[in-house]
Amino acid sequence: MNIIGHYNYWIVVILMMIGFYIVIAHGNLIKKLMGLSIFQTAVFFFYISIGKITGATAPILDPDFELYSNPLPHVLILTAIVVGIATTALGLALVIRIQEAYGSIEESEIQDQDTQDQMECQLEAYGYQKHSMMSVKTLDE
Amino acid sequence: MSTQLAILPVVVPLLGAPLCILLRIPRLVGLFAIVVATLSFIASCLLLLAVQNAGGLLIYEMGGWPAPWGIEYRIDYLNAYLILLVSAMGAIILVPAQTSIRRELQENRHTYFYTAYLLCLTGLLGILSTGDAFNVFVFLEISSLSSYTLIALGSDRRALTAAYQYLIMGTIGATFIIIGVGLMYMMTGTLNMFDLFQRLPEVHNSRTVLSAVGFFIVGVCLKLALFPLHLWLPNAYAYAPSVATAFLAATSTKVAVYVLIRCMFSIFGIEFVDTVLPLQQIFIVLALAGIFAASISAIYQLNIKRLFAYSSVAQIGYMILGLAIGTELGITATMLHLFNHALMKAALFLAIGSVVYRIGSAQLNHYAGLGKKMPLTMAALVVGGLSLIGVPLTVGFVSKWYLVVALIDKGWWLVVVLVLISSLLAVIYVWRIIEWVYFVPPRIIVDEVREAPLSQLIPVWLLVGANIYFGLDTTLTVGVSEAAAAALFGMLP
Repeated sequence: MNIIGHYNYWIVVILMMIGFYIVIAHGNLIKKLMGLSIFQTAVFFFYISIGKITGATAPILDPDFELYSNPLPHVLILTAIVVGIATTALGLALVIRIQEAYGSIEESEIQDQDTQDQMECQLEAYGYQKHSMMSVKTLDE
Repeated sequence: MSTQLAILPVVVPLLGAPLCILLRIPRLVGLFAIVVATLSFIASCLLLLAVQNAGGLLIYEMGGWPAPWGIEYRIDYLNAYLILLVSAMGAIILVPAQTSIRRELQENRHTYFYTAYLLCLTGLLGILSTGDAFNVFVFLEISSLSSYTLIALGSDRRALTAAYQYLIMGTIGATFIIIGVGLMYMMTGTLNMFDLFQRLPEVHNSRTVLSAVGFFIVGVCLKLALFPLHLWLPNAYAYAPSVATAFLAATSTKVAVYVLIRCMFSIFGIEFVDTVLPLQQIFIVLALAGIFAASISAIYQLNIKRLFAYSSVAQIGYMILGLAIGTELGITATMLHLFNHALMKAALFLAIGSVVYRIGSAQLNHYAGLGKKMPLTMAALVVGGLSLIGVPLTVGFVSKWYLVVALIDKGWWLVVVLVLISSLLAVIYVWRIIEWVYFVPPRIIVDEVREAPLSQLIPVWLLVGANIYFGLDTTLTVGVSEAAAAALFGMLP
């Protein structure tokens, strides 16, 4: 009884976990952003559903009704939706730039390229340290 | 004018940001941004004085709506002090930004840099000023979104992935915070922090409030880069434009620490948090693990910005340690370290920024021989490094001293020993820099490397001077920190 009565929370929790799982498990940068959106949307549902009062109507003043739903969570979520859109847009813009710079949007491929860059930097420093002790020739080779 | 003082530091940069876009001429925009940030700084100086005159608490009702309905700005010593710090950093760092940006960013992106910078400043100051829990989330997102942009502006392509990673982690953190706020709203029907503080005790034994505490604290800890949640930080600091790194390192994590303090003391109440969560134990373990793991990682870094980024994670550990002690002395130590660490990191990252301006690299091996070429900048780097270690006569010593005194007062001798050992790790990584700068002969003799331009040297030395001045004369910093800590404990019933 109680379990079904709280169905809105179940939907929220399931959606939230799906979104969170996608963010963690997927290597594709766009899929990660989609997961993040689902995660945020679950929170929007949560806020909107807690504003509902059983038997109440929409919060428009009218002499026929006495019980109104709480409009404040809806207003808060309007703000949060705007923030969510801004986040997704910025994320997608970054993905476009990443695609231009790396030629890939798969996390593993990007990491491989980064590790290679890192190795080159380290080799350079290491070669240099050797050089300060030995001669110029060893470095050139 | 004086009645609107509480909101001026926030509104001035908020209005300045879109005006930057309209101005469009890069050089003009740069100067305009300095003017805006300076105005905001002046307003926050006046604000601290006003708070002092008002006896420690200034309340501003947004749009004239009284507190539980409208949004309220509640300024006490704690946030007035941090508003002053953040706006001062915001103004000083913009001066070297003028030249540094010209070197590191394409011409057509300068305007956007200043816009994002001012928005970030707005967000940070907003978080500090507001007394409304949902408002904290909104300002947090303003500052976060603009800092993702600032990081992505870095010239290395890794800046993009760093910004993306930060975006994912930051958004998860912020979403956790609104879940926490939503759960609190469910139980109390209010979003005003002071109102929450008064109403939450009635529902303390409900599971909803317990999960609210959990979500809120984990979300904030993601933002402040507490040890296992710090993964976004090193790359973000390493590849962002130098001045952006200096700004973020000096302000953003500090503001997150402030939110944590507020949440623990002014929303939930420290006694309640301590009874429901073994927060003290969790924080000690994570803070110490963070201090050691990050300091050891710092020793092995080749990129000097990354090195100091790891050191930032370690320094956050000290702040959390002060918080974990949970006494008035501990909070004083945390507050002092907030202020002092901002001074050190701003000086260090700006000095590195000057080097990047001259040699175009932040690799430690490219620093060889710079001790002769850029003596003043390198001297600043050394003084900043000494302050990081906690050598007497610098600010680092003052905050470590207070931390150790607070620990001894609590009787945690083992932690005292660990803190002192961890300072030795800082000696190692600072020494590595000194070794490269002064003792390794340069590979290629580059004659054209000169001392940094005056517009960069003066702010750097101003900050280094502050590092030494506040290390000698602690009346302002210790006085305000103690007043803030006393006010936090004064709220307890």
